[in-house]
Amino acid sequence: MRKDQNLGEYLRMQGVSRRGFLKFCSATASLMALPPSAVSQVAEALATARRPSVIWLSFQECTGCTESLTRSHAPTVESLIFDAISLDYHHTLQAAAGHGAEAAREAAMEENKGEYILVVDGSIPNGNNGYSTIAGISNYEMLKEAAANCFAIVAVGSCAAFGGLPNANPNPTGAVAVSDIIKDKPIINVSGCPPIPVVITGVLAHFLTFGTIPELDALGRPAAFFGQNIHDRCYRRPFYERGQFAETFDDEGARKGWCLYKLGCKGPTTYNACATLKWNQGTSFPIQSGHGCIGCSEPRFWDKGGFYDPISAGQWGSRDALLGAAAAGAALGVGSALAARARKKKAQAAEEV
Amino acid sequence: MSSLDTIPVCTEVASGNVEPLLHEIRHALQRLAEGKEGTVIDLKRLPLAPGEEERIEATLGTGEVRAEIDALGPTLIQETSYPGVWLITHKNADDVVVARFVEVTYIPELLRSQQADIDAGIDRLEDELKN
Repeated sequence: MRKDQNLGEYLRMQGVSRRGFLKFCSATASLMALPPSAVSQVAEALATARRPSVIWLSFQECTGCTESLTRSHAPTVESLIFDAISLDYHHTLQAAAGHGAEAAREAAMEENKGEYILVVDGSIPNGNNGYSTIAGISNYEMLKEAAANCFAIVAVGSCAAFGGLPNANPNPTGAVAVSDIIKDKPIINVSGCPPIPVVITGVLAHFLTFGTIPELDALGRPAAFFGQNIHDRCYRRPFYERGQFAETFDDEGARKGWCLYKLGCKGPTTYNACATLKWNQGTSFPIQSGHGCIGCSEPRFWDKGGFYDPISAGQWGSRDALLGAAAAGAALGVGSALAARARKKKAQAAEEV
Repeated sequence: MSSLDTIPVCTEVASGNVEPLLHEIRHALQRLAEGKEGTVIDLKRLPLAPGEEERIEATLGTGEVRAEIDALGPTLIQETSYPGVWLITHKNADDVVVARFVEVTYIPELLRSQQADIDAGIDRLEDELKN
């Protein structure tokens, strides 16, 4: 697709009929969690949509987010969303390497000043910038430089959105989220480890369709996908209401598909769209497959206690809190031992009298 | 070596959403019959347990009309046994379902020939007859 073409012209040149275009718009509206009645508005907006430039930076990450995204790159409908953006830099996916790749990034930033979308996956080491570099440029410097003239930032994955696993205790690299460094640009957090692929494409489709920032929740996540918690949209919720829980992974309750709350499911405190959009082309999601939600789209999910401990057992917010609790527990233990020893001495003294 | 179909899988879990959805369809059909606007329900937005989408399909049954559109992958349009209630399944070229709707209407919009396509067709036919 040429940069001066709009999407409607491009699709017509590709031999896509108006009927095919309406199908594309229906699927896109569904992807963006818009009501079906919005299809005509989507069609009108998409027909005249221009191709936005996208620069994708990968920092301290495992490539799981990019893997997730490329899995959503199914032929036809969703691929059209990718054809409709200009992915000018993504060092994992692009053929160019070294100076050529960096020159492409710099050229795209210059040509699309103030208009390009910056996608970031991975956290940024802020303790020692040398922990992670690309072409000799630290992640911190590259983020600051690329963010300066972007239209908006999409922080893809829990690492970019909240610090994620690199930020987990003891956080050896001093990993931080994009929002800890960039304060003057709109940031859309698409959290998850990895995020649901169609949520990534849904956010890009929103830009493409409306050219605006979608409505966000308190943590900067698109409300259309993160507006409800897993628990409220879980098909096992009726079992929770009736107090029917699996106690182990192989008991009768587990076989009958009862609620996994007691096995550590974090659905009640996790906001994401897994229960409806599902994974692997809509096949299933963790709870449907018999494992509780681990809360991967929430900040500091890795440090909130055991994945198999129920929420009612408490979720420790930080290592300090955990150490504090451990110290308090230890003090309580020492106190109990001293009291027991005192009781024993008192009892012995009474016997001697 | 055991195969997947020997593993027992529980499919009798109920989300409690099937009945309300069927009532929603009934209400939408009633509105249509009263001359009011049609309704589109996105099945991907509802939390459904394994097997419940099939239950909805089985309850709605199949009616007299079945059409397949070949545009950006196949789209199946099936009138259910309740006239005015259509099940629309959009698939991509890999035969993967990308969206699924229940449409309560006299005729789904996608079945109609579109004005832009008619105009392009006129041009093509004129070119054909010139040669």
